[in-house]
Amino acid sequence: MLLREGEIRIPSGCAISGIMNKKGQVFSGEDIIKSIALMHDRSNGLGGGFAAYGIYPEYAEHYAFHMFYDDVTAKEDVEHFFHLNFVVDGSDRVPTRKVKGIGSGPEVWRYFVKPKEEKLSELELSEDDFVARLVFEINDTIPGAFVVSSGKNMGAFKAVGYPEDVGEYYKLEEYKAYIWTAHGRFPTNTPGWWGGAHPFTLLDWSIVHNGEISSYGANKRYLEMFGYKLALQTDTEAITYCFDLLLRQHKVPLEVAVTALAAPFWSDIARMPEDQREAVTAIRNLYGPLLLNGPFSIILGSRKGMMALNDRVKLRSLVAATKGDFLYVSSEESGIREICPDPDTVWAPKGGEPVIGLLEGEETL
Amino acid sequence: MRIDAKGMYYRQLNQLVKEAVAQGEKEIVLDNINGQRYIGDGVRGDVRIVINGTPGNDMAAYMDGPELIVNANGQDAPANTMNDGKIVIHGSAGDTVGYAMRGGKVFVRNNVGYRVGIHMKEYQDKVPAIVVGGKAGDFFGEYMAGGILMLLGLDLPEGQEMVGNYCGTGMHGGVMYVRGEVPEYKLGKEVKVVEMTEVDDAKVKELVEEFCSYFGYDPAEVLAEKFYKLIPFNKRPYGNLYCTY
Repeated sequence: MLLREGEIRIPSGCAISGIMNKKGQVFSGEDIIKSIALMHDRSNGLGGGFAAYGIYPEYAEHYAFHMFYDDVTAKEDVEHFFHLNFVVDGSDRVPTRKVKGIGSGPEVWRYFVKPKEEKLSELELSEDDFVARLVFEINDTIPGAFVVSSGKNMGAFKAVGYPEDVGEYYKLEEYKAYIWTAHGRFPTNTPGWWGGAHPFTLLDWSIVHNGEISSYGANKRYLEMFGYKLALQTDTEAITYCFDLLLRQHKVPLEVAVTALAAPFWSDIARMPEDQREAVTAIRNLYGPLLLNGPFSIILGSRKGMMALNDRVKLRSLVAATKGDFLYVSSEESGIREICPDPDTVWAPKGGEPVIGLLEGEETL
Repeated sequence: MRIDAKGMYYRQLNQLVKEAVAQGEKEIVLDNINGQRYIGDGVRGDVRIVINGTPGNDMAAYMDGPELIVNANGQDAPANTMNDGKIVIHGSAGDTVGYAMRGGKVFVRNNVGYRVGIHMKEYQDKVPAIVVGGKAGDFFGEYMAGGILMLLGLDLPEGQEMVGNYCGTGMHGGVMYVRGEVPEYKLGKEVKVVEMTEVDDAKVKELVEEFCSYFGYDPAEVLAEKFYKLIPFNKRPYGNLYCTY
């Protein structure tokens, strides 16, 4: 039997890419597939995936659950669970096609749901809190079931394989999104399993990540105090929940979240003007356990935009570019030029310096 | 000869280049390059390769003699362990330019990323040099063991800093020439600033003139600013780290 994430350690590289249109205009998945495919050699065929925002306008106010099922029982159990908690307004098998590079995997289904009013009032929870809680419950208690994504008007598509094959498998050329992010995986610490491919998601949040977080244990213990259940023992899952905690639950400004996760060194803080020094010191003191140590380049996606971020000493590569209303970020400049040969600007962000793309009219992610 | 590399996988491209070099080709122009890795890797001899487009990572690794002209930005780790030859990049380059480089020269017109010149070394007459026209990221010359790193800070927008933090951290050989003062706090613990000598002035002049000849700057203007020389305090900064007594 294939061991799942966390049950085995394999001591790796990865590729990430993201495209967004700041005006919210949608475009097909072809460009993001081309971009990530160009960086083929950064992955090893053990994981690829995409997050897409704006793909379900007909269900824009529903939570779109993408599910993996290992067997029929898992599907029956989850559907029963959904009907207890949600009004399910649509469901179908996620369309796929046979692709040579993608082996047999779980059944992939999607559901468009709204929380039942009586459940919300009974538990006195907001819709997002309720849905997040159920995501953890499914992953934790229903064997053979895994929530791939659970946000509104978005979805994650992932599998074991090279990302370009994953894109073809899920027919991403047929979807239209205003933000696409992608990941090609070169797993290091855990086996390649469909659920373990990136992006990792919760509600609207999605993370694709190149790197390895050595502070995982400290981050996990802190997140658990706020009710997060880290089912996969995977660092990327922890990063996703860090942003959910900071941005959605604690509602801190994006800059504060960035300062907490990729905090400046104390020696840099000592040179800051007094106001800034006090603020940054307070953030480091309060959110010290959320500091992400170790090499990373990540792209955080949400329905309001995307943000790319490096660790503070830039131990993974990251390049950004703009062209008109489009923002591009990628592990390599060539990954951008493949789909945008002549960008207006190209730059390499500094370590810890976020590249923030917000949809017009939005003030934070 | 010309090769249209549009959509070509790196293995095929590099095979074609090596075959052309083996047949005595003296100039190879590669068009529509985008992301192909390992261009010029391990190539020996007297050949000029012109790269039109963005070359992939690890360009010119172990290269021994050729001249590479890049008419675009470079990516990460060009000149990795390069032994001899020359690279001229008409743009910027990524992280770890000249990683463990041991001979030859690299000229970058604009900026470079993090850890440029990391583990550069020299031996007798093999003294590698990297000249950067713009700015450099953190850890410039990290663990540098030999060779020359030069940073010019040309055309930087107001307020842009020429060099990042931790400049020369772990440096134990070689020399850096920086056109302008590096704030004390940016220097690694293993580095000190010393006065330029006549030998240094001559070396700086020679490299600046070569840099200017590729990118159209006026050497007199570039040389008019004061250069600062950075060298390591000693050759074994960590010699007593684990075995003090």
